[in-house]
Amino acid sequence: MQGARQRPPGRRIGKGPGLQRYSVFALARQARRHHLGWQRAWRDAQPKRAYDVVIVGAGGHGLATAYYLGKNHGITNVAILEKGWLGGGNTGRNTTIIRSNYLQDASAALYEKSRSLYETLSQELNYNVMYSPRGVMMLAQTEGEVRGYRRTAHANSLQGVATEFIGPERVKQLCPIIETKGPRYPVLGALWQPRGGTARHDAVAWGYARACSDMGMDIIQRCEVTGISSENGHVTGVETTRGSIATRKLALVTAGHSSVLAEMAGFRLPIESLPLQALVSEPIKPCMDVVVMANTVHGYMSQSDKGEMVIGGGTDGYNAYTQRGSFHHIEETVRALVETFPIISRLKMLRQWGGIVDMTGDRSPILSTTPVGGIFVNCGWGTGGFKAIPGSGWAMADLLARGAPGPIAGPFGLERFREGRMIDESVAAGVAH
Amino acid sequence: MLILTCPYCGVAADETELSPGGEAHLHRAGPGSEDASVEAYLYHRSNPKGVHFERWRHAYGCGKWFHSARDTATNDVFGTYPAQVTETPQNILEAIAQRRPGWERPQ
Ligand SMILES: Cc1cc2nc3c(=O)[nH]c(=O)nc-3n(C[C@H](O)[C@H](O)[C@H](O)COP(=O)(O)OP(=O)(O)OC[C@H]3O[C@@H](n4cnc5c(N)ncnc54)[C@H](O)[C@@H]3O)c2cc1C
Ligand SMILES: [Zn+2]
Repeated sequence: MQGARQRPPGRRIGKGPGLQRYSVFALARQARRHHLGWQRAWRDAQPKRAYDVVIVGAGGHGLATAYYLGKNHGITNVAILEKGWLGGGNTGRNTTIIRSNYLQDASAALYEKSRSLYETLSQELNYNVMYSPRGVMMLAQTEGEVRGYRRTAHANSLQGVATEFIGPERVKQLCPIIETKGPRYPVLGALWQPRGGTARHDAVAWGYARACSDMGMDIIQRCEVTGISSENGHVTGVETTRGSIATRKLALVTAGHSSVLAEMAGFRLPIESLPLQALVSEPIKPCMDVVVMANTVHGYMSQSDKGEMVIGGGTDGYNAYTQRGSFHHIEETVRALVETFPIISRLKMLRQWGGIVDMTGDRSPILSTTPVGGIFVNCGWGTGGFKAIPGSGWAMADLLARGAPGPIAGPFGLERFREGRMIDESVAAGVAH
Repeated sequence: MLILTCPYCGVAADETELSPGGEAHLHRAGPGSEDASVEAYLYHRSNPKGVHFERWRHAYGCGKWFHSARDTATNDVFGTYPAQVTETPQNILEAIAQRRPGWERPQ
């Protein structure tokens, strides 16, 4: 048990006011004071004139990038600019599935790094991100999927990612509410990753934000970047709704808005922005303690700690920034899932929402330098970047600090589109999460 | 639900009757082009937040390809026009200018 005044682990270079550590003792102390003594988790910073590094977008990826810049590279003169509120983009809208059972080596390295960081993230940040490695199951409902997932399981064992292909009896045992003998798409087996699972999405953003603020970094909300200036091919700063800010290193980490920011900087990205929706049911008694994804019928489901069934499906087919999505996609998703989980057919749905996901030409992410000196991009996570937040932040911080990609980010550069060197995970990332 | 009027058969079609076909007016990089232009043709997209020109197919209707001009932030539709053009027709540009004063086509 850690002492109440001890700092969170990790290198501390902070100029911050000194962080109140969360612990059972702190809770007891606060309970005696009617919980009036809790600090704000992060400072409400005002923009300064200049920073060593400016990060646009306070979603999970932007905040994790900032955190590892401080922790791994000692760079703390950093601003994170957010047009809305932190975590209000896709990070606060996703269905929180975490897995690393990808086919290609480059993806497995990135997503498994990320998943392994999730294992200890709560302790590292002294913030409960509720990582729940409850197991992720990807159903095989066609012969093609059976072959595909067997192949992935073999690839994963070479990559050191623990997954296995399981038969329909085991599927039924792990998740009794699945109808495995459905008439149209019987369950023929599944790719099972026992250490995959879920985490609390907001807490991931909040935990990183608190740690960044404690290191002295400025998280500036309601600050929209409206222009990017450069001189002789190198970035000099950004225009924002709260004034100009100078910097020589700029990271664009804005998911669905990446093309908008790239246009300000004068280049184009291989990205299109599409609405992706999710919905939750009324809460019911615990009935499902794994995550199930059914890619053939386009749907996936898990149960939250509150008892709600968390459901997601596929993206809309045409570009939009509406954060809404079309109703018929929800209808298709629910229709598919009712076949797989007949138990949900009478459930009422409570809420539905949408986020704008950034889809690349090969459905793999981009961690890259750009045509403008000093500008770096982290985007293209599409429908599946929540799971990647810690690993992406780690690799992006490395890229920013050194100016060139390290081993994890290396294969994800923009030049792969020119070279035709795609990282083809469309089977893994095109639909499900 | 997005509704577009097919310029061929005149039907006001729900999006469920249509197949989206991506950004319109892309210029194909032909034989002998630079790598950079082939890359741009295949992958780079303007992906604007605002006025957007795109291709659609009246898949569950007359089957024809056509174009639309739509605002991606609001789903306002400025008009649809046939596929047999290489540039956006003047009447569509006027409809956009009227409802989005100051709008300029990005380079
Ligand atoms: C419905 C849905 C379900 C999903 N399910 C899963 C899942 O189960 N598992 C999984 O791994 N992934 C999932 N994802 C994907 C995942 O949510 C994203 O890949 C991830 O959250 C992206 O994080 P981010 O930090 O890059 O983007 P965001 O969290 O979107 O952050 C980008 C931020 O940039 C800000 N911004 C934009 N423009 C500007 C500007 N001009 N100036 C300042 N700030 C700006 C935005 O306001 C936003 O806060 C899902 C996504 C959605 C929408
Ligand atoms: Zn028609």
